[in-house]
Amino acid sequence: MMEQKILPEAPVQIEMSNVDKRFGNNVTAVQGMSLQIREGEFVSFLGPSGCGKSTALKMISGLLSVSSGAISVNGHPAGQSIDGSDVGYVFQEATLMPWATVFDNVYLPLKLQGLSRKEAGPRVREALDMVGLAKFSASYPRQLSGGMKMRVSIARAMVTKPKLLLMDEPFAALDEMTRFKLNNDVLDLWKSQGLTVIFVTHSVFESVYLSSRVIVMAARPGRVVHDIPLPGGYPRTGEYRTTAEYAETCRLVSNALEGTMDNVDINH
Amino acid sequence: MKTADPALQAMLRERNLRIIMPIASILAALGLWEFLVWYNDVPHYLIPAPSLIAKTLIQDWATLAQSAWFTVKLTLLSLSLAIAGGVLLGMLFALSRTVEISLFPFAVILQVTPVVAIAPLILIYVESTFWALLICAWIVAFFPILSNTAIGLRSADHNLRDMFRLYQATPWQRLRYLLIPSALPYFMAALKIAGGLALIGAVVAEFVAGTAGQNTGLASRILESSFRNEIPRMFAALFLVSVLGIIIFLTTSWLSRAVLGHWHESEIKREL
Repeated sequence: MMEQKILPEAPVQIEMSNVDKRFGNNVTAVQGMSLQIREGEFVSFLGPSGCGKSTALKMISGLLSVSSGAISVNGHPAGQSIDGSDVGYVFQEATLMPWATVFDNVYLPLKLQGLSRKEAGPRVREALDMVGLAKFSASYPRQLSGGMKMRVSIARAMVTKPKLLLMDEPFAALDEMTRFKLNNDVLDLWKSQGLTVIFVTHSVFESVYLSSRVIVMAARPGRVVHDIPLPGGYPRTGEYRTTAEYAETCRLVSNALEGTMDNVDINH
Repeated sequence: MKTADPALQAMLRERNLRIIMPIASILAALGLWEFLVWYNDVPHYLIPAPSLIAKTLIQDWATLAQSAWFTVKLTLLSLSLAIAGGVLLGMLFALSRTVEISLFPFAVILQVTPVVAIAPLILIYVESTFWALLICAWIVAFFPILSNTAIGLRSADHNLRDMFRLYQATPWQRLRYLLIPSALPYFMAALKIAGGLALIGAVVAEFVAGTAGQNTGLASRILESSFRNEIPRMFAALFLVSVLGIIIFLTTSWLSRAVLGHWHESEIKREL
């Protein structure tokens, strides 16, 4: 009989302890959120609108402050790394500068760190290669399709070689074919770059396909209700979507999500 | 024989059309004008024929050119000062809400008071006529630059602002790489308006000032000719004012296309 190998636990990369976020208009966006995320995990924050999943992501990045509690990322308080280069962030929209070429958009994080174009050149090209857009470095964003713009956005997040990639519903506005393709690209990046990824989504299917762990959140007040480690192994390809295991996991996560909707007033 | 690419041919045809048609229609209008004056025997002190205006333009070129140069100087100087002042104050407005709220009423008062109404006062207080005229033209051109720069600097995409914050950009980097490029389309729109307004301001202020002094602009030539009933010279001076206005318009339009053409919607030609 073969003994199952138990890997040593990876070190904790993100630690949220009892985090609250209240906004000025007396809305509690996040309440009592405690969470540990280990290096190399692919974690999805899944939940309905208003469950605080984006707010949680913004707090981890340091874009929003916490009202109470504490978040530590890579060993320092959220948002207080030396130059912001150890966290990559992908917004819901591609968020590119329309006046700059693809190259200059990806170069931006390095430019802000004071690297010259020449110094940064190889790293920018490498990041563009990673997302398969090396040929488009001289194009302007308006010349690209929605999916390509999103790739540029991912390349920009990856150019500083971050340890942590935060993605805020990045593919919500894309068509399904493009989304499937980009899902696979993100999985490739995650594996090849040894990243930790936090992926905010409202799609059960997307979260199950991608993640090693799904955090299910509920609204009013925004809070964590389930923390589900997913059984499925990697690599995952399009075929994984047709397996019984995938269907079963989706059902499980879907039920967990529905449980959070019980007290939702439809007319709210 | 080589057959040309139809798309290229269409483009050339389009370009010819854009150049030939305006010129042809203007020439036709001038021809009609010439003909009607000649046919109806209209006296030149009522409506001079285009040929007579051209002749006057050549005859009086020395004085007219001097006056035109004066108006050009006045317009360009007031426009430059309006740009410098408008951009600086606009930046200050964008940086500090308090400054904006405190100073905006003054800007609005300057804008809504007709320059013709303030010009006599300025002419009393400011000894040098040139400086008085300059201030009048500046007042007119200043406001669009100020308000558009302030709005433009504030119009940067919120996610992009967040991104600059994430990468801990310095305030200078944020201004240089995010706020200024975001404000450029607004600034260019203001420049097109302010260029024309500076000329109007320069001409109107000179009308109010009258023909005082030797070294005066095109408006003084128009006034002076009107007093002496030299209608062809009036038309010649008027013609020069329009030419200046057209040059300013073409220059600012060209500049806007040169700066924004590669990325901004307003200057991108769409292929249909």
